[in-house]
Amino acid sequence: MSRSPEETLELTADVLVIGGGLAATWAASAARRAGASVILVDKGHCGTSGVTATAGPGHWWVPPDPAELRETTIRNRLKSGFGLNDPEWMARVLALTWESLPTLEGFYDFSTDENGVKQYRALRGPEYMRALRKLVDSLGVTVLDHSPALELLQRADGSVSGARGIRRQAGGHWQVNAGAVVMATGGTSFLSRLLGSHTNTGDGYLMAAEAGAELSGMEFTTYYTVAPVRSTMTRSMSYAFATYYDEDGAVIPMPPGPDTTRPLARAMLKGHVFCDLARTPEDIRGRVPTISPNFMLPFRRWGIDPYKDRFEVTLHGEGTIRGIGGLRIVGEDCVTSVPGLYAAGDTATRELVAGAISGGGNINSAWAVSSGQWAGRGAARFAAENPAASGARPIGQAGLRPATVPSDVDLGAARSAIQGEMLPYDKNIFRSGHALKRSAETLDAAWAEFDARARGVGDALLRTRETAAMLATARWCVASALARDESRGMHQREDRPQTDPRFDRRILVGGLDKVWTRSDYGRALELAS
Amino acid sequence: MIELVIAERCTGCNACVEVCPTNVLELVAGDVPRIARQADCQTCFMCELYCRGDAIYVAPDCESPTVVDRDAILTSGLLGEFRRDHGWDEWATDPRYTNEHWRMESVFLRARDMAISEAVAKRRDGN
Ligand SMILES: Cc1cc2nc3c(=O)[nH]c(=O)nc-3n(C[C@H](O)[C@H](O)[C@H](O)COP(=O)(O)OP(=O)(O)OC[C@H]3O[C@@H](n4cnc5c(N)ncnc54)[C@H](O)[C@@H]3O)c2cc1C
Ligand code: SF4
Ligand code: SF4
Repeated sequence: MSRSPEETLELTADVLVIGGGLAATWAASAARRAGASVILVDKGHCGTSGVTATAGPGHWWVPPDPAELRETTIRNRLKSGFGLNDPEWMARVLALTWESLPTLEGFYDFSTDENGVKQYRALRGPEYMRALRKLVDSLGVTVLDHSPALELLQRADGSVSGARGIRRQAGGHWQVNAGAVVMATGGTSFLSRLLGSHTNTGDGYLMAAEAGAELSGMEFTTYYTVAPVRSTMTRSMSYAFATYYDEDGAVIPMPPGPDTTRPLARAMLKGHVFCDLARTPEDIRGRVPTISPNFMLPFRRWGIDPYKDRFEVTLHGEGTIRGIGGLRIVGEDCVTSVPGLYAAGDTATRELVAGAISGGGNINSAWAVSSGQWAGRGAARFAAENPAASGARPIGQAGLRPATVPSDVDLGAARSAIQGEMLPYDKNIFRSGHALKRSAETLDAAWAEFDARARGVGDALLRTRETAAMLATARWCVASALARDESRGMHQREDRPQTDPRFDRRILVGGLDKVWTRSDYGRALELAS
Repeated sequence: MIELVIAERCTGCNACVEVCPTNVLELVAGDVPRIARQADCQTCFMCELYCRGDAIYVAPDCESPTVVDRDAILTSGLLGEFRRDHGWDEWATDPRYTNEHWRMESVFLRARDMAISEAVAKRRDGN
């Protein structure tokens, strides 16, 4: 640590981008190209942090000609999204994603297929994020690595004008006075051991909510991904050929199609579940290491041959990552309900495009690419009218400025409480009103205590603030799941198995001391039939 | 979790300190980086990928530390395997390690077609 802990690096820029993943880098590039000066801060390292860097997103990728292709795609997704998505947003995302990926030529080494056709749709994670880092560096974005944001700065008129945080490696604090801010801190899986997700603790949701932002779709947080037990390897491609067995070695029947979570979770609630990949065709086995080089690492290191041996599997919760909820978007430029604050990627709700089912596999990454650029441009425009200035107020509360006298809180216990409500299959996959109410009580009590007393200092500062963020996020998820008193898409209530037309609308949520929910009547939603 | 930084392979470039998303490693002046916060390791293997010296070993267990035999790991062929399969650095021109990630979609389609034909065969066999 080269600096004293009290020292603050104070910087000024038109646009501050918080986060360093897929959405943040696209946002920073767009703001810069719009002529703004840009600072990007990442909790970890921009280029390896976030869930893109460890995976390999296939984007929503539909050619513009013939026009029927996109029309059909949108019509089908409206149906599968249970009417919570919006055809105009879908069309915008398809168009911008299609234009954007080829612009990475020169930064990403796109492969060609047997016929010499360039393949733009799916990019390998580490190479993709390395390319985006090179892109933002080449455009003159100032990047602060290992510099997590802790709180936003707010002008007297309520608009957001920068942030403060810490420099984990250099030491001391940073403060960026900005014209506008893009929040791109990803989703959160509540530290479930989902691959690459451990810098994503929902900080952006909490920071934004403290400025008055609303969230939407937080009930759609029941996505889980299979992985070998004790491993983070949630790469799912090879599990398309999986056979699952119960403790007695009997095959667990799976419905046709990709939705294996519910039967697997049901089996796991009864006992250990095992798996082999013996159905994988020979030629594909040979290609797995050059398609997803990380997939085989745990097996090779454990001496398991997954094509022959049975290994135990688990399901890692994804929270809002391949769930759907996030900050509510109120304009085409991805502005939140707070002026000067823009949201992109998994920090924003993806209902607009994905609807009530996961956007993993195609929509999420296309949304990060598109919403990032809209947010970056929107922030640049806002900053042109509202220049950066010092003197704004830092507004962080829970974990930073306790409501009463600070005293020690047990961070480990708080985390266990959060995970204990948000990850268990019986509470979160098979939901019921009764259990959700109990979860709400547990989390409210934990919040009241945390908000009143927790103040992170020294090495525990970031951890304390992250815990506050996950706690707030968990409360919004549970409140929204209670408010959606029906089953729809990934949100399945055992006590309300039907989809109810009264809920053909999005559910908004927010509030810190007291959590509120309300239906989004802002836009009439027609349930696709 | 990360288990080893092998001194005789480490060039002291400190790339691992910089790229680790969860700040597990710490720079040590004049020495190899120190695994300072192992409990924070998110088992993402990024440090291995960026280590040109192939000096890092990350054990797949993400829940608790693994007891590893350093000498066995050194001769296991596992060090540097990830960077090689990615075709990075000196492997960039080796045709065995080209980036075939774009084939992922076709793999999913193969699985779907297999499932359909298996279901058809099952119905034909009358069960
Ligand atoms: C295993 C897996 C496979 C996937 N595959 C696909 C796919 O095939 N297709 C698809 O469409 N989608 C896929 N997704 C989803 C897709 O990866 C995400 O939608 C996308 O990465 C979102 O980008 P993001 O920038 O919002 O978040 P991330 O890429 O996760 O980035 C978030 C960033 O914010 C930083 N951050 C967090 N808190 C702070 C803070 N307080 N201060 C500063 N920085 C902070 C983090 O360090 C990180 O760099 C997959 C997800 C997973 C987990
Ligand atoms: S990246 Fe590898 S060679 Fe460089 S300092 Fe780390 S361990 Fe040593
Ligand atoms: S595996 Fe990932 S989290 Fe662990 S030390 Fe390496 S880079 Fe850091």
